[in-house]
Amino acid sequence: MNRQRAAWLFLAPALLVLGVFFILPVIAALGLSLTDYDLYALADIHNLRFVGLHNYWALLHRPLFWSALGNTFYFVAVGVPLSIAASLVAALLLNSPLARIRPFFRTVLFAPVVTTVVAVAVIWRYLFNTRYGLVNYGLAEIGIHPIDWLGDPHWAMPTIIAFAVWKNFGYNMIIIMAGLQAIPPDLYEAARIDGASAPRQFWHITLPLLRPTMMLVVILTVAGYFQLFAEPYVMTEGGPLQSTVSVLYLMYQDGFKWWNLGTASAVAFMLFLIIFAVTTLLLRLARRGEHPAGKRT
Amino acid sequence: MNPRLAKVLINGSLSALAAAALLPLLWMLSVSFMAPGEASALPPPLLPAHATLHNYRELFAHAGMGRYLLNSLLISSAITALALASNLMAGYAFAKLRFAGRERLFQALIGALVIPAQVAMLPLFLLLKTIGLVNSYAGVIVPGMATIFGIYLVRQYARGVPDELLEAARIDGASELRIFGQIVLPLLKPIMVTLAIFTFLAAWNDFMWPLIVLTGQEHYTLPLALASLARDHVQDSELMMAGSVVTVLPVLLLFLALQRYYLQGLLLGSVKG
Repeated sequence: MNRQRAAWLFLAPALLVLGVFFILPVIAALGLSLTDYDLYALADIHNLRFVGLHNYWALLHRPLFWSALGNTFYFVAVGVPLSIAASLVAALLLNSPLARIRPFFRTVLFAPVVTTVVAVAVIWRYLFNTRYGLVNYGLAEIGIHPIDWLGDPHWAMPTIIAFAVWKNFGYNMIIIMAGLQAIPPDLYEAARIDGASAPRQFWHITLPLLRPTMMLVVILTVAGYFQLFAEPYVMTEGGPLQSTVSVLYLMYQDGFKWWNLGTASAVAFMLFLIIFAVTTLLLRLARRGEHPAGKRT
Repeated sequence: MNPRLAKVLINGSLSALAAAALLPLLWMLSVSFMAPGEASALPPPLLPAHATLHNYRELFAHAGMGRYLLNSLLISSAITALALASNLMAGYAFAKLRFAGRERLFQALIGALVIPAQVAMLPLFLLLKTIGLVNSYAGVIVPGMATIFGIYLVRQYARGVPDELLEAARIDGASELRIFGQIVLPLLKPIMVTLAIFTFLAAWNDFMWPLIVLTGQEHYTLPLALASLARDHVQDSELMMAGSVVTVLPVLLLFLALQRYYLQGLLLGSVKG
C-alpha cells in the first residue's frame, strides 16, 4: 500500500465527520444568517428569502439582544476573575510543602468539575431556595434576612456566578499546579538565602513565572464562559425579568422555540465574533506585556 | 510566620475549600434518602430521619429513569467507541505518516478550534432533519464521532512513537494497517484510556445538543430527563436529588477509578504543542 494513500485512509473517517457535521454547518450558518429562514421556510423552502445583513441590523436594534449581551459580559467579567482567583488559591495551598494528604484534597477539589452541570444546578436551586434552602437558613442564623437568590433580578446572576466558580475552579487549579511545579526550586532557594519573605517570593518569582500559564487559563476560561447556557436554562429559565438570558440562551430560544433560524444564526455568529475579538485582544495584551519585563533584565 | 501556625492555616483552608466543594454533593446524597416533603421543613434537616429508597423506586418505576439511564449509557458508549477509533487513526496519521499538506491541514484544524460548537448547531439540525436523524440516538451520536481536541491529543502522544520501529516493520513487509494495529495501538494504550474517559464524560454531561436534537422523551439522556423533571416537579426536592444522584454518580465513580489518566489528559490538552 502506498504510504501517502494510507495516510489519507487513516484520516478519512475523522475528516469526513468533521467536514460534514462541523465545518459544513458552520459555513451554512453564515449563509443561513443572511436569510429569513423561519417556520414558513421550514414548512416550504420556497418561502425562503435572502435578506442580506438585515438580521444583524435588526439584532442591533433589539433590546433583548443587548441585555443578553450585557448579562453574558457580566457573567464573564465577574465570573472569570473569581474562578481563576479560586483556582490560584487552591493550587497554591495544594502546592505548599506543608499541605497534608494532598491527593485526597486534589480529588475532592476537582470532583465538581466532572459532575453533570444540569444535576448540580438542580442541587443549587434547592440550596438557594428562599424559604427552605440551607443558604438562607445559615444566613438567618447570623441575622441576615432571607434573600430571594434566584427570584431577584439583582441576585440571580451573582448566584449563577457563584455556581460556576464552584463547578469550574478545579479545572484551572490542576493546570496552575502544573505551572507551579515547573518553577525551578533553586530560585526559591536563592531568594531565601537573600532573605526574601514569602510574599516577596510570591510577587517576584511565582507570579512572573506563572504568567504564561495564567494567560492560557484566562483565555480558555473566557472562551468557555461566553458559552453560558445550561446554568440559566436549569436554574432560572432566563429570568427573573430576563436578567439571566445569555447570548446562547437567546440563540436557543430564537432558533428552537420560535424557529427563527435565520435570526438565531446571526446571534450565533455575533457570539463567535465577540469571543474571537475578546480572546485575540487578550492574547495581544499578554504578548505586549511580556516584552519589557523579559528583555530589560 | 511560625511554621506550625502556617501548617494549621494551610491545612485549615484546604479543609474549608474541600468542605465547600463536597457539601452540595453530600447534601444531594442525604436528601435523596429522605421521605417526600421531609427536606421542605424548618430548620432544613441535614440527615434523613428514616433513610428510605422510596425516591429511587419512584424514579425507576414511574418516571422512566431506567430508560434514561440506558439511553445515556448507550449514547455515551457509542460516541466514545466511534470517536476513539477515528481520532486515534487521524492523530496517528498526523503524527507519523508523511503526506502532502500535513502541517497545513493540521494547522487549519487547530484554527477551527476557536469556532464555538454552537455556531454549527442550527444548520446541523436542518441537515439531520433532512436525512431523518432528528429525535434518534444517531442524531446525538453522529456529530460526536470525531473531535479536533481528540485528534490533537493523540497526535501529541503519538509523536513519541519511535520511527525506527515503524520503518523496521515496513522493511519486513507489514502493511500500514497491520503496523497501526499491532505496533502503534499497543503503544497508544495510555492515551486511549485518557481519551476514552474524556469523551465518555463529555458525552454523558452534554446538554445543549441533545436538548436540540431529541424532541421526544423516549430518547432522552439523563441530563435532559432531569431538566424536564425539574420543571414538572419543582416541589419534590427529595425526588430530584435522587435523580441527580443517578446522573452524577456514574461519572464520579468513573473519574475516581481513572483519575490519573483524566488529569494527564487535561494537562496534555491544555499545554500548547
